[in-house]
Formats: sequence, C-alpha cells, structure tokens
Amino acid sequence: MSKSLSRRQEFIAPARGRRIAITLFVALLLNWLPWNGIGLALRPDFVALVLLYWCMREPARVGIGIAWLVGIFADVGDASLFGQHALAYSVMAFGAYVLHRRVQMLSLRQQTLQVFPVLLLAYLIYAAVHWQVRGYLDWTYFLGCVVSAALWAPASLLLRAFCRPRSDPNTL
Amino acid sequence: MENTQPPRFFRRRSNPAARLIFFMALSFALLFVDARYQSLESLRSALSMLTYPVQRLASLPMEAWHAADDFFTSHEDLIRENAELRRQRTLGMQALQQSQPLKAENEHLRELLGMQQRVGYPTLLAEIAYVERDIFRRKLYLDKGAQAQVQAGEVVMDDTGVVGQITRVYPQMSEVTLITDKDHAVPVQVLRSGLRTVVFGSGDTTRLSLRYVPNEADIQEGDLLVTSGIDGTYPPGLPVATVEQVEHDPAYPFARIQCSSVAGVNRHRQLLILTGLPPRVADRPAPEPEAGDEQKSRRRRP
Repeated sequence: MSKSLSRRQEFIAPARGRRIAITLFVALLLNWLPWNGIGLALRPDFVALVLLYWCMREPARVGIGIAWLVGIFADVGDASLFGQHALAYSVMAFGAYVLHRRVQMLSLRQQTLQVFPVLLLAYLIYAAVHWQVRGYLDWTYFLGCVVSAALWAPASLLLRAFCRPRSDPNTL
Repeated sequence: MENTQPPRFFRRRSNPAARLIFFMALSFALLFVDARYQSLESLRSALSMLTYPVQRLASLPMEAWHAADDFFTSHEDLIRENAELRRQRTLGMQALQQSQPLKAENEHLRELLGMQQRVGYPTLLAEIAYVERDIFRRKLYLDKGAQAQVQAGEVVMDDTGVVGQITRVYPQMSEVTLITDKDHAVPVQVLRSGLRTVVFGSGDTTRLSLRYVPNEADIQEGDLLVTSGIDGTYPPGLPVATVEQVEHDPAYPFARIQCSSVAGVNRHRQLLILTGLPPRVADRPAPEPEAGDEQKSRRRRP
C-alpha cells in the first residue's frame, strides 16, 4: 500500500535538479567532515550512496556523466588521483542503471542486498587503482563499504522524504 | 505494474554502455597522466578554488567544538597550564643560553675547517585546516598556501620534531605528507653514533621503521634519530624519531627496528613551516658519497 503510494508520488513529482544538487552537495560535505581513526575506517561513502539513489530513481537525469563529474570533485577534495573516484563512480552509476528497474520492485531489505555488490564494485575499483599506483592496500577500507550498504535503507527513506512535494494534493 | 514507469526511459540519449566506456576511458587517461606526469596540478588547484569553501564549511563543526572547548576551560586548568608554560619557558631559556656559546664555537670551528655555515630557517606558523579523509594515506592540510609563499618541498615541524613535508600547494592551503606516510623516506642519522640510515613511514600515525640496517650496526633502543641533511630536502639536525625496539633475527641479514615519531601529529593544531629550501645537493661543495641513501630519499621527493 505505502509502496504504491510512494510510487505514485514519484510519478507526480519527479525530483527536480535543484534538490538533486542539494543532496549531492550535502553528501560531499558529510564525506569531507574531519573523520579520523576508527571513524575514518567506518565512514560510509555518502556521495556514493546519494549518487546510487539518484541513478536508480532518476536514471534519465542522473547518469554516468553526472557521477563522473561528482567523482572529479571528490578527487580534488580528497587529493586522490584524478579520475580515481570518477572511475569508481561511473562504473557504479552503470551498475545502478542496470539494476534500476529491478530495484524499484523490491523492499528496502532486498534493495540493500542488490546495492551491496554495486557499492563493493566501486570500492574495489578505487582500491585496485590505489594498489596499482601506490602498491599496497589497507583492508579496513572495505569496512566502509559494508557500512554504506547498511545505510542504504535509512538513506533512501531520507532522500524520499526530502523530495516529497511540500503541498500534497491528496491531503487537501 | 510496468505501465506505472514513466515513459522517459525510451527517450534516452545514447547507449549507457557506450557512455560508460567513454567515461572509463576518460578516467583512465586522467589517471595515467596524473600518476605519471603530474601535469594536472594547475587544473587541480583551479578546481580546489571551488571545493575549498565546502571543505572549510565541513571543518567548521570541529572548529566550533574546539572553540567551545576553549571557552569552557576552567580557571584552574588555565592557571596550571600557565605555570607549566612558565616552567618550560625558564628551562628553554636556560638551554638557549647554554647553546649560545656552543653555537658561536661551532660557527668558529666550521670557519676554521672551511665548511659551509649552517643557516637558521625562517618559520611560518600555520594551522591545520583539516586532516586527510582517505584511509590509505596520512596527510594534513594547512591553511597557508601559495598566497603566503609556501612552496612544495618545504619542511613542516611542530615544537618537538619533523612532522612532514609540503607536497602540494594550493592557492590558500597546502598539503603535508607526513613522515609516517607509508613508504615515505627521511634520511636520518643516529645522534649518538652518527650512523646514517633512512627511516620509512609505516602508514600508522606514530610508527616508523628502519630498513636495511645490518645486524651489527651500532643502534640501541632509545636512540634519537635526527635528519642528516644529505638529501637536500630536510635541513640537518631536526629530531625525527626515537628507536623503540631493535630485533636481531639471525635468519635475516638486516635488523628489524621499530621507531616512534618525536613529533605528535595528533596533538597539535598549529605547525611550523620552515620557509626557504636548503640549497640543492649539487650546489654543495662536496656531495657525500651515500649513493644508496640518496636514491631512496629521492624516490619520494615531489
């Protein structure tokens, strides 16, 4: 019941570009908070989560190109190699594109299971580039991937709530 | 169910697989150029002008927390800290006075020997803007950049020892690679015995290790390692690390030596940048024949 309602709302008010931009901005801000120590190891990749959400919900607006561009900004902010985040995010966006029709049919728990491999792929690409260039790996890095996947359900609920139209025509 | 899907799916511009291949190729090209040639620094610093405000915004909550913490410091704490600082100042002044004649004597001896005089380096105080959020690397960002005449390659210290080296300069901030960064090499000298070697970072925030030190080398637990200055990047005589553990394994030709850094990277918010690079190795009167060490230290130089 609630699922069909949310889908109808989605149809009524597709998320506008401004909201997408705001959520991506907030995600970058969250990623750039001064994390360190164990918090850094457990830090989920908020940008990846938000991108994944939009790639699945608005595949016509947010696709591989936007993911790549956001990845470039993430690279500048993190001082990683140019293209490292961009590569991971564009592959992730493609994965999201492949899955987006399936995921809309599933419950949040089932969605998490679908999303996890896509996130893991992005993390693996990032780590593989790092390993290729610098020659070592830190396995605790992949903890962040698990945390990100675990945050998929709350994040998508939040984003859905954020993009709900303010004046719902059904209530009045 | 299917007909609730918006029909815009059918109005897609191009094949996603083709776009994926295009953007992957673009990423690989950027990665290759950035990793091999470092020629994208101007693009990076231009984009950093866009990301800098966001990054500052992200570090605001922590700064506000520190400010609140400072504000609510109790009276007793301040008095205690003040007394401690006075004591340290007195001790420092004493040490400084004792070192004055030594300095004069050293200058005189160097003059007699015809050696180049050691110069003091002017310093610039900078605050840590934020700490690297990449789990793979240990980096800091300072709030002084090209606009304050910071140059890549300058050495960063705290009040006790070497913290790292500036590896990238943006208009308003600069990136510091810590000496504890994985595989970062600093040429050092054991203060007690004069043994020259190279200390490597381990990727942990405080641990360093000495590699390729023979088992019979004169090195003990508690030895202080200072920069030897022969790489032309780090000025000589700055404290770097203390030896914590020396392990001799007969099956292995080299001793396993663990060190801990002297400078507390996690403790401070202000650091000193030694401005003015030391003269290049080639400019020195007689380059020391430490070919092995030189090569190792040069590997990580920006």
